[in-house]
Parts: sequence; C-alpha cells; structure tokens
Amino acid sequence: MSIEAGKHRPPEHTGQVLVLRDVVRVHGSGDAEVRALDGLTISIAAGEFVAVMGPSGSGKSTLLHLAGGLDTPTSGTVRVEGTDVGALSVSGRAALRRRHIGYVFQDFNLIPTLTAAENVALPRELDGTGRKAARTEAMAALAELEVQDLADRFPDEMSGGQQQRTAIARAIIGKRRLLLADEPTGALDSHTGEAVLEVLRGRADAGSAVVLVTHDARFAAWADRVIFLRDGTVIDTAGVDSAEELLAHSR
Amino acid sequence: MSIKYGLLALLSDADAYGYQLRSRFESATGSVWPLNIGQVYTTLARLDRDGLIEGIGTDGDGRAMYRLTNAGRTELSGWWDTPVAHADRPRDELAIKIALAITTPGVDATAILQTQRRETIRHLQDLTRVKRQSDPDDLSWRLVAESLIFAAEAEVRWLDHCEASLVRHGRTRKTKPGNTSGAADGDSVKDPQATEGTTR
Ligand SMILES: Nc1ncnc2c1ncn2[C@@H]1O[C@H](COP(=O)(O)OP(=O)(O)OP(=O)(O)O)[C@@H](O)[C@H]1O
Ligand SMILES: [Mg+2]
Repeated sequence: MSIEAGKHRPPEHTGQVLVLRDVVRVHGSGDAEVRALDGLTISIAAGEFVAVMGPSGSGKSTLLHLAGGLDTPTSGTVRVEGTDVGALSVSGRAALRRRHIGYVFQDFNLIPTLTAAENVALPRELDGTGRKAARTEAMAALAELEVQDLADRFPDEMSGGQQQRTAIARAIIGKRRLLLADEPTGALDSHTGEAVLEVLRGRADAGSAVVLVTHDARFAAWADRVIFLRDGTVIDTAGVDSAEELLAHSR
Repeated sequence: MSIKYGLLALLSDADAYGYQLRSRFESATGSVWPLNIGQVYTTLARLDRDGLIEGIGTDGDGRAMYRLTNAGRTELSGWWDTPVAHADRPRDELAIKIALAITTPGVDATAILQTQRRETIRHLQDLTRVKRQSDPDDLSWRLVAESLIFAAEAEVRWLDHCEASLVRHGRTRKTKPGNTSGAADGDSVKDPQATEGTTR
C-alpha cells in the first residue's frame, strides 16, 4: 500500500482520513527558493472539522493542494484514506480526487461554459452517475447553498458570492470522505458565510473529514480544532482535540 | 486592568519611584489610561507589604525608590504567561498587556500574542457551540451571543494585526540576559483572576 508499510504505525492513526507527515514543499531553487511547507505533520480523522489559519503566504493553500492530490510534496508523505498520494500516477490521483475529495478553490474554478447545475453535476457524471441522477443531486446541493434558483445560469451571470456557493455545492456533492475548502466564505456576507459553515459542519458530523482555510476567526471557531501556520509549519493548535496533535509533534 | 501588574512590569525594567512609574506607564500605553498618583502610591504600598517589591531607600531628592523582589518577578512571569480570561475581564487589560509587552525588554511579545489568540479562539469555539445549541427562535439571546462572538473575532483580528505590525517593524523582542520572561524564576504564579473555562 505504501513505502512505509513495514514501519510501525501508531494505532491511533487508523481512522485518519488525511495524514501529512514531515511534509516539505519547495518551490523554485537557489535564490528564488521558497519553502512553502517546511516539515508539516498533521492528521485529521473521519468526522473531524479542522480550521487552518495563518498570514498570507504561510502555506495554507499549498497544504490543501497537497491534501487534495493537486500537487506532490518535495519530501515527506501525504496519505488520504491510507493511500500514499505521492506514489500514485497522475490518473490515480485524479481518480482519488473524483471519488473521495471535494475541493473548494480560493478562486472558485468554475467552468465558464457550463451552467451552475452542470458545474455541480460534473464530478458525479465523471464518476459514472447517470445524467439525470447527477442533475437531481446537483439541484439538492445547490438548494443546500440556497442558490437553486440560479441553476441554469452561467458563472459570468452570477455574483462572486453566488459563484462561490456554486463552487461549494460542487465540492459537497456525493459522499466525499475529505472536504477541502480554501477561504470558502471570502466573497460572502456574514449570514451566507454562516450558512456555508452550517453545511461544512453538517458534513463533518456525518463522518467526512473537513479542512477549512480561513482568515476569519468567527468561522474557524466552528471547527473542532484550529491549526495555526507560520512560514510553512504548525506553530500552535487550539481546540478540544489538540492533545493528539501535540503527540504527533513530539514523535 | 490591575495597576499592580503594570507597576511590576515597569519595575522589572528598572528601579523607580512613584512619579516615574506613573509617567512610564502612561508613555508605554499611549496615555489612554491615565493613572492617578494616589493609586500608584497605594498600590506600591500594597506590593511592598506583600513582598513583591521592596524599598531601597531614597534618591538625592528624597523620593522613595523601589525594586522588584524575586517573588515579584515570579508573580509577573505568571501574568505574562497566563492569557487574560474572558470571564469578567476588565476591559482594557489585554491592550495594556500587549503595549507593555512590546516596551518591556526580555518579553517575547509574539509568544504572548499567540497565547492570547489560542485562548480567544477557544472562547469563540465555546460561544459558537452555545449559539448553535440555542433555540433558533430566541433572537434576542442569539444577538447577545453574537455580540460576544463578534467582539472575540475583532480581538483575534487585532492580535493578527499586532503580530503583523511587530514583524513589519522588526521589533520582536529577543530574550535579554538578566531579565525575566517567564522561566527564570521557578514556578509561575497563576493570576487567580485568570481562571480556565470561559463558557458563560
Ligand atoms: N507555484 C509556486 N511557485 C513559487 N512559489 C510559490 C508557488 N505557490 C506558492 N508559492 C509560495 O509559497 C508560499 C505559500 O503560498 P500559499 O499559496 O500556500 O500561501 P497561503 O497561506 O495560501 O496565502 P494566502 O492567505 O495569501 O492565500 C508563498 O510564499 C508563495 O509565494
Ligand atoms: Mg491561499
């Protein structure tokens, strides 16, 4: 299953949906070298909701890219449901993303030539769900985000906040084990932002692992655990489950 | 905000007499919280009685000089190390604490900011949990909870801002030998007001 399979793995790490161990991600080289992540170790269990906070450039999006299989680490390992993401082929990573991971991009990433409902239904269709069933699921997801009335609009016919909610609907459709959301409330007012947190919290309570990147403490406070990043490493953790995190670091 | 810890913090930097302490307190905190000299003298007398400071005679002009005792240093490191509790918090203690942390040598202001941020987020988590469990029709209660939530959020934003300002000005204090920033004088004494468990 993985390069490290022979090694002793602590029992508490079973049931972990996402495990990053000693992850380093270096961009560029020489004078232009940036260590976006610099020895990061975290693990997130099924049903757990974790928020990541940190100043601009501290590595939050890099962390999500790696967790979502969009990028691979320079060193260290990233495991999703026990699978070493770095050891997968490009198509293997794509399949993993499609089946298990819902991703809300910082800049939405909606496909401009598809309507809201088509954007949301797309990952289900790619996964083999029939067109009609996928549309029904998409409408339900859009309704959860209160944008079902905009189902047949194209992205450039929607406001920023409406596009953002459509992008979230696309991420939560289907039964995703891992939800990764990069500033999903950035374009939303305080009420709509809260509705989004309600949806993410609900997914965690139903058993998904959820990672939320946010600058907003009011939204981070919905999480079970808040991780503080500085310069690519975890400097502190707040929340009820921080003991395990501390253990992970002392190892 | 107790004047007590303000005076202890100033005396950890240098021995001083009453008037000096008042003007240093005001310059460190931007004169937002003026001190009355009577309060300064009463507090000094109480600190002396409790063994946290001691008189070291008078200067040339006959003014009583004070210095911090070891017990005073321990008491002070306890204050730096303990986040300000949200329960019944005197309004301005946090701002004063940060202002003093930045102007007092040997104090790691960045660490104090992070300790506070962790505590405030924990408080926000409690408030959020309470709010989510409350009756959705009880609007007046919800708005009160939200006023606390927004205040705590604003505090975190302000702490973020303080940290960014510290970084920008390159003023993060390094621990200087001969000064206490927490660990030097044995066990910290916890501020009895700074109790854990902030759910209201
Ligand atoms: N493709 C890249 N090439 C070079 N440097 C990069 C690349 N991607 C990210 N970086 C650098 O890595 C660091 C971390 O970037 P990242 O996007 O993870 O930050 P962030 O915490 O998400 O910030 P923000 O809050 O602004 O979104 C930054 O210094 C950034 O400039
Ligand atoms: Mg980012």
